[in-house]
Parts: sequence; structure tokens; C-alpha cells
Amino acid sequence: MIFIEKEIQTAAYLFASILFILSLGGLSSQESAKRGVFYGITGMAIAVLATILGKGVEGHVYIIGAIAVAAIIGTLLARKVEMTSMPQLVAILHSFVGLAAVLVGYGSYLAPPEVNSNITEAAKHTGHIIHLVEVFIGIFIGAITFTGSIVAWGKLEGKIMSKPLLYPGRHAVNIILVIAVIVLGVLFAKAEGTDGMMYLYIMTAIAAFIGVMLVMAIGGADMPVVVSMLNSYSGWAASAAGFMLGNDLLIVTGALVGSSGAILSIIMCEAMNRSFFSVILGGFGAVTSSGTAAAMEGEVTALNHEEVADLLKEAKSVVIVPGYGMAVAKAQYPIYDMVQTLQKAGKKVRFAIHPVAGRLPGHMNVLLAEANVPYDIVLEMDEINEDLPETDVVMVIGANDVVNPGAQDDPSSPIYGMPVIEAWKAEKVIIMKRSMSVGYAGVENPLFYKPNAEMLYGDAKDSVEKILGFLKA
Amino acid sequence: MKVGIPSEIFPNELRVAATPKTVKRLQKQGFEVYIQHNAGIKANFSDKAFEEAGAKIVATAADIYGNSDIVLKVKEPAMEEVDLMKEGLVMLSYLWPAQNQPLLQKLADKKVNAIAMDAIPRISRAQKMDVLSSMANIAGYRAVIEGAFHFGRFLNGQITAAGKVEPAKVLVIGAGVAGLAAIGAANSLGAIVRAFDTRKEVAEQIESMGAEFLTVEINEDGATASGYSKEMSPEFIAAEMALFKAQAAEVDIIITTAQIPGRPAPKLVLADHVAVMKPGSVIVDLAASSGGNCELTQNGEVYTTDNGVTIIGKLNQLPSQASQLYGNNLCHLLDDMGKAEKWKIDMEDAVVSRAMVTYNGKINWPPAPLPVSPAKPKAAEIAVEDPKVVAARKNKKEATSMFIKLGVIGVLLFAMGQFAPGEFMQHFTVFVLAVFIGWQVIWNVSHSLHTPLMAVTNAISGIIIVGGLLQTKDDLSNSLVMTILASAAILVASINIVGGFVVTHRMLKMFKK
Repeated sequence: MIFIEKEIQTAAYLFASILFILSLGGLSSQESAKRGVFYGITGMAIAVLATILGKGVEGHVYIIGAIAVAAIIGTLLARKVEMTSMPQLVAILHSFVGLAAVLVGYGSYLAPPEVNSNITEAAKHTGHIIHLVEVFIGIFIGAITFTGSIVAWGKLEGKIMSKPLLYPGRHAVNIILVIAVIVLGVLFAKAEGTDGMMYLYIMTAIAAFIGVMLVMAIGGADMPVVVSMLNSYSGWAASAAGFMLGNDLLIVTGALVGSSGAILSIIMCEAMNRSFFSVILGGFGAVTSSGTAAAMEGEVTALNHEEVADLLKEAKSVVIVPGYGMAVAKAQYPIYDMVQTLQKAGKKVRFAIHPVAGRLPGHMNVLLAEANVPYDIVLEMDEINEDLPETDVVMVIGANDVVNPGAQDDPSSPIYGMPVIEAWKAEKVIIMKRSMSVGYAGVENPLFYKPNAEMLYGDAKDSVEKILGFLKA
Repeated sequence: MKVGIPSEIFPNELRVAATPKTVKRLQKQGFEVYIQHNAGIKANFSDKAFEEAGAKIVATAADIYGNSDIVLKVKEPAMEEVDLMKEGLVMLSYLWPAQNQPLLQKLADKKVNAIAMDAIPRISRAQKMDVLSSMANIAGYRAVIEGAFHFGRFLNGQITAAGKVEPAKVLVIGAGVAGLAAIGAANSLGAIVRAFDTRKEVAEQIESMGAEFLTVEINEDGATASGYSKEMSPEFIAAEMALFKAQAAEVDIIITTAQIPGRPAPKLVLADHVAVMKPGSVIVDLAASSGGNCELTQNGEVYTTDNGVTIIGKLNQLPSQASQLYGNNLCHLLDDMGKAEKWKIDMEDAVVSRAMVTYNGKINWPPAPLPVSPAKPKAAEIAVEDPKVVAARKNKKEATSMFIKLGVIGVLLFAMGQFAPGEFMQHFTVFVLAVFIGWQVIWNVSHSLHTPLMAVTNAISGIIIVGGLLQTKDDLSNSLVMTILASAAILVASINIVGGFVVTHRMLKMFKK
């Protein structure tokens, strides 16, 4: 076995950190993104090799065995997953990081790192306490990430009711639990040797419970925030592990991931005009229709597929606003067929994506990319809004709250102030929907009652295929 | 159920209540359709076209009125047509119930259930069956075309080799459906369009169609709950007349569309207005049939006054187009009444109960009023501040809060340095700098790549594998638990690494230009 020196290992870690930063930086545009993944893979390979080849690493058999098995599982998972199920995959991968952080934390407690023997007893003691605190915090964050992500996965997969679970006094319960964790932490830090194990177990159980309740209280369209938040937590958990092991690479990478998740959460919250805390505390959407002060005026009119096809034939410019409904119906393929048919007829067709459309930041973009929609016709809300008054037809496919005019002109609406796609400014709006039910926010949508809005009821995929039939006929 | 469509007997009525397209639609609704021989001939629809659409041709009006369950008609029936009708027949046509009391009485006596298409309430739900709107749309368009025909010049301004042409000026009085259609048509022909209406709320609609909104200085709103305008106060009318007189001297074409239901049209263009108009000017009076908006209008006539102003009191109805739209309106109403299968005369229904002017032998007119104009919520009053002051205040506030934040952070770091060992501070430095780098880098990530970003961060957060790698031991007798924990950590972390990178790669491959 060849071993590499500690200094070389540090250099390798530094190089890996640089590659990770470049990897994330690469995602600033589609062109550089693929290179970014390559940087990431290289960085990871260097980091793992440098660690395995480092002095004092034992158990190579188990290491290689575990990695080999994991590589197969990981590849299968990643190959098999449907793009509509990306949120689930991301959530479950977060839970793995959380789990790993918990496991590493326990390991680190059982075998604390060697301490430089030249320092004083007092310094040694401080160092020991700090290590214990790091272990404690690491396991705490890891456990929350683990169970929270599993619940998030369950909700996204539809195995757990997506409606927020709220019980009276939950904030008080949460505060009591956090206080209990702090008390346990103090007891744990004072315990000798590995006597604190019991405190660690109890704390892990409490953290796991907090993780479950945290995500149970949030649901529906707030899921992008939850997933981003868990993404952030998984990073902080890795960072905490880095502190307990005294490993800078872990600290850097964890911090990168942690801030990435935090930024995504902020972007999602801004797109919903809600504070991060109000999302985390949960319960939005459960207080339904308290703010439906403005009675709906006008009438909802519906069209059939043939009439929609006729409208599209006459239109010169069409904008499609996809939402979660498109993902549910897996309608992206027929939609792109339809787009191509319209483009061949010389029409300008574009997509408008709201930042919180779907269940994962950027979810719609990935689904459209899957159906080969070129990304230069997929625009963000801010890019498209000014063009909408000159647009002939806007097709809203499975979206609701993100096109609600109440967000702009009804101060009593619960979503007042949220930036929305101004679909109603177009000549004609076609809303494809399964029924007249309210959106996630539980708010009536005045758009449906506008004179230039027409409903088209039915499953999105089915409807688009029928329209396509009439367009080609 | 049988639906019958008779020929229109009134000589100037060119329309027909069904077209081949609406016949198809009626059959889709489950009706059998019968059409009188040559009913559509004046609107350019041949019997053959109707037959191809699935209708059956019958010879006489008596066959239609005697055998149908529902009769679709355009013009109100003449007394002799009513004589042919069977009891219980449902008849849809124009009826002008306010002006036609004897006809209503006769229909009621015959126990004909007559629906007056002109009495469909103007509520949003009934817009699709509102024949007044659909016909007014045609009239407005046609008014411009006929006005332009009688006007001896271009409507649009041109600069040609032969010289410069001034654009024509068109004044539209009354901005209802017809008025707005006229504005649109005149505007697209290139004329300078002005429009007047007593209702202030239509100013925006007028401007959106491309006309200038004219108004008088007296603050009075003509909007009413019925959607039509009311009659205005004498002062208002005086100001209005002065405005029209000034405009009359200036404009080339005046199109008037002002009508008040059940009453003679208001006289808006007086003889002395016409007198000041330029020779060659044109007045198109869409209210000619209800007395005319112009004092000099002669219903059904086109003539030129002594000072050379052409006054048009009759319009071609564009029978083919009008029949199509009218037919569609009828289909929508039948749709609403349950089609053939679930056919029901629902006197609880807001639309049917108002339009059904005779029912079961009784006259059902006039109906209860129904308000339609949208009550506009008053906009919340917002205190407007000078944006500069606001910005300055914000700047100051931000600077102060930043100062406080940095102060707090500094104190915390100092306290930390007091107690924590050097090694920890070193790691902490790395941590904080890494957070800053991450913060800067991630804000640049394209929104469309947020899902790949999450997947790739998933993969690299698998770096926690390093923790496991450092904890496995060869010697299991001492550290079995430890090695099991570490191996498990390696396993899940590696799934993350491999899965994350593979799925990111897969996604990015899909993004194509």
C-alpha cells in the first residue's frame, strides 16, 4: 500500500475544494454546466482517493465493499428515476446525508480524534468539550435532516398526506423540545468517556421527532422551500461533521452546500412573497379562504378541445405557463409536440416559468428539457411578463396560484404581493384544469372569471393530445 | 325535438336564424332541424348547403310553425305568422316587447312561449347569447364601411407623389358595442377617431380601441344599473350640444349609436349641427330605426342635404355574417336551456325568466330589473411619498442596520477567540469564508438550473464519506460497532455521490438549445 503524506493530503483537499466551487459556478449557464459536473466528479475522486491513501486509514476491504455496493445502487437509482419524480430523489438523497452525519457523529464520539499532547491540560479539556459540542450539534442537524427528508419524500411520493399537519400548541411543544435538547447537551458535555451515550440517544430521538414534525407541518406548494431547506441542512450537517473530525474539506463543502440550499430557500420564499420563518413554522393553506373578501364577479366559461385548437390556429404568439399539474399528468411530451406543430405554422411559442412552479426549484425547466424543449424558449417570469400584453393566447397548464391576479390587486388576498405571471393581460387565456377547485393557497382565482379567460377541463396530457389532434387535422 | 327555421317574410330582412354551421351545432345538441325552402337564400345559404349540413327542407311556413317544437326566427313574427303557430311552441326571435304589446297579447293568446332575444339580460353569463351585442358589432363595422363609401376621400392620411392627403376625422357618439366596433374599424382604416359617451367608465375602452375620448366639463356620470346610459340633466345636455356643434364643423364622418331601450333615440345631432358641417361630410345614424340620433335622419333612406351632407338612415346588415352570429347566439341559449335531452324552460333562471316574454298564456313583461355594471371597489388610498426621500431613508436605515450587524458579529468573534483553541478558530475561519464563497457563487446560478444545482449539491454533500473513511478499522474485535457505523456511512454517502452525479449529468444532457 502506498501512503501519502498529510501535507499532500491537505493539498489534495484544497484542490478538491476549488473543483467543487468551480462545479457550482459552472451551473451559471447551460453551456458551462456539463463541465461543472465534470469538475465535481474529479474533485470528489481526488478527495476520496487522498483520504483512502492517507496514513492511518484502515479497513480498506469494508470501504471498497461499501463503495462498490453504493455505486451500483446509486447508478440504478439515478438512471431509473423519472424526471417528474426528481423531487423525491433529491429528498431521499438528502436523508442519506443526514443519516451519514448521524453515523459519523456516533463514530466520532466512540473514537475521538487524537489530541496534540504538547498542550496544557486545560486546553485539552476545552478541546474535548468543543469536540463533544460538535458531535452533539452534528448529530442533531443530521437527525433532523434524515427524518425530515424522509417525510418530505413521503409527501412528494404521495405516501403521506401532503396537507399540513397542525396541532394546537405545536410551537410550545417545539420550544420545550429545543430546551430539552440544550439541557441534554449540557449533561452530555459533562459526562466522562462514553458515559454520555444515553443523552446522545435521547437527543437523537428528539431531533428525529422534530424533523418529522417540522416537515409534517408544511405541505403542497411550500415543498420547494422545504426541499431547499433540507438541502441546506444536509450541507450544515456535513460541515458539522467536518468540525468534529477537524477536516477542512468537509467544512468547506458543507458550507457550500449549506449556503446553496439557503439561497434557494430565499429565492423560493421571495417568489411567494412570504418570510422564511412563516414557511418553516408551517400551516399555510390550512387557514383557507379567510381572505376571500372580494366576491367573484363574472362567469366562468369553458371551451372544448376543438375550440381551443381553433384559437391556437388563429393566434400569432402563444405563451404556455406550466405548473405542477403538468408534472402530475406527465404532459410535457405532447405539449412539446403541440409547440412544434404551432411553430411549424409560423407562430411564436414560448414558455413562462414561475420560480415556485412545481415541487422543486427549477422543476419545470427539467421536465421541459426532458421533452427536448430548447431552453431558449423557456423564459422566467420577469422576462415574459412585459410581453404578455402583446400575446394572443396564454395557455395555463396545471398552474393556479402563480397566475392569480388577486396577488396584485386584492389586498385582502392571502397571496397579495406575491409576484405572479400576468396571464390575464394577454388577448385570451386558456386555463387547463381538472376542476374548479382552488389552488394550493386555498384562494379563489379571479382569473377564471375574467371575460378573456376560458377553462378547458380535463387531464392535461389528455387535453393536449386532443388539441394536437385538431391542430394536425 | 324538432327545431324549425322559417323564411323571413319582411322584405328588408336578409338574415336567417340558422346557417349550415349552426345547423350542425343544433344537431350535435340533439335537435332535428327543419328549414323552409329558400330560407337562407338572401344570406347566401342555399338549400343544398343546409341539406349537406343535415337539415331537412320543408316547403311552407305552415309546416314549420305547425310541426316544430322550437322555432328560430330573426324578425318579430307578423300577425299572420302567429296564426300559423301551434300551441306550446317555443319561439325565439327579436320581439321588442316594449313596443309590441298587441303582438305579445296575440302570442300569449295562442299559448306560444316566446323568447325575445332582444330582452336577454346583459349580464356576463348571457354575453354569448346577447344578440344586441353581436348585431351591434356588425352594425358598428358596417357604419364605417358605408360612411367611407359615401365619403369622397381616403380615410387614412397619405403622402403620395401626387400630393399629401389629410386623414379623415371620424366622430363616434355612444361607445357601446356598436360604437366601439366603429371606433376599431375607423381606426384601422387610418382615420383620426374621436368618441363621446356620457358614461365615464367607458373612457378607457374608447382609448384602448384607439380613439380620443371627448368629454364635457360637467361632472355627471350617465352609467346606470342596466348597463345603458340614462338621460342627462339639462345643463349637461347643453354642454354636450355645444361640444357636438364644435366637432361637427371639424369632423368628416359622424357615426351615432345612442339608443335607450323602449324609448325613441335621443336627438344628439341637431339641424344646426348639420348646417355647419363641411360639404361631402357623412352622418351614419345607427339609431335610425328608433327615430334617429340626428334630427334630419330618414329611416331607411340615404340622402344628401342642401349643404352637401350625406345622411345614412339604413345599413346593409351583412346578412351572411349576421346570420352566423345570430345563429350562434341562439345555439348558446338552447345550450343553456338543456339542449334536446334535458330541455327545460326554467323560469327560475335569470336569463330565461327575463327573456321569456310570454309563458303559458301569460304576458311576462316587463321583468324585474337586474343590475349588471360591475361595482368597482374603491382603490385603497396610498400615501405617495417622494421616491428620493424614501430611497434616502432606506439607504440610511440599511447603513445603520449593517453597522449594528457588523458590530455584533465582531463582538461575537472576539469572544470566541478568547475561549476557543487555535485549531477550532482555524476551522472556523475556513467555514465562514466557504459560506461567503458559496453565497457569491450560488447567486449566479441560472434559475432554470436549480434542480441540477440541488442534485449536484446532493452529490458533493456526499463528501461526508470522508468521515466514514477515517473511522473504519481493520481490527474488528475492538471496534466492531465503530466499523459497522462507518461502513454504513460510507455506503449511504457513496449512493449520494454516485446517484447525485449521474442524475445531474442525465439532466444536463437534456438541456438543449
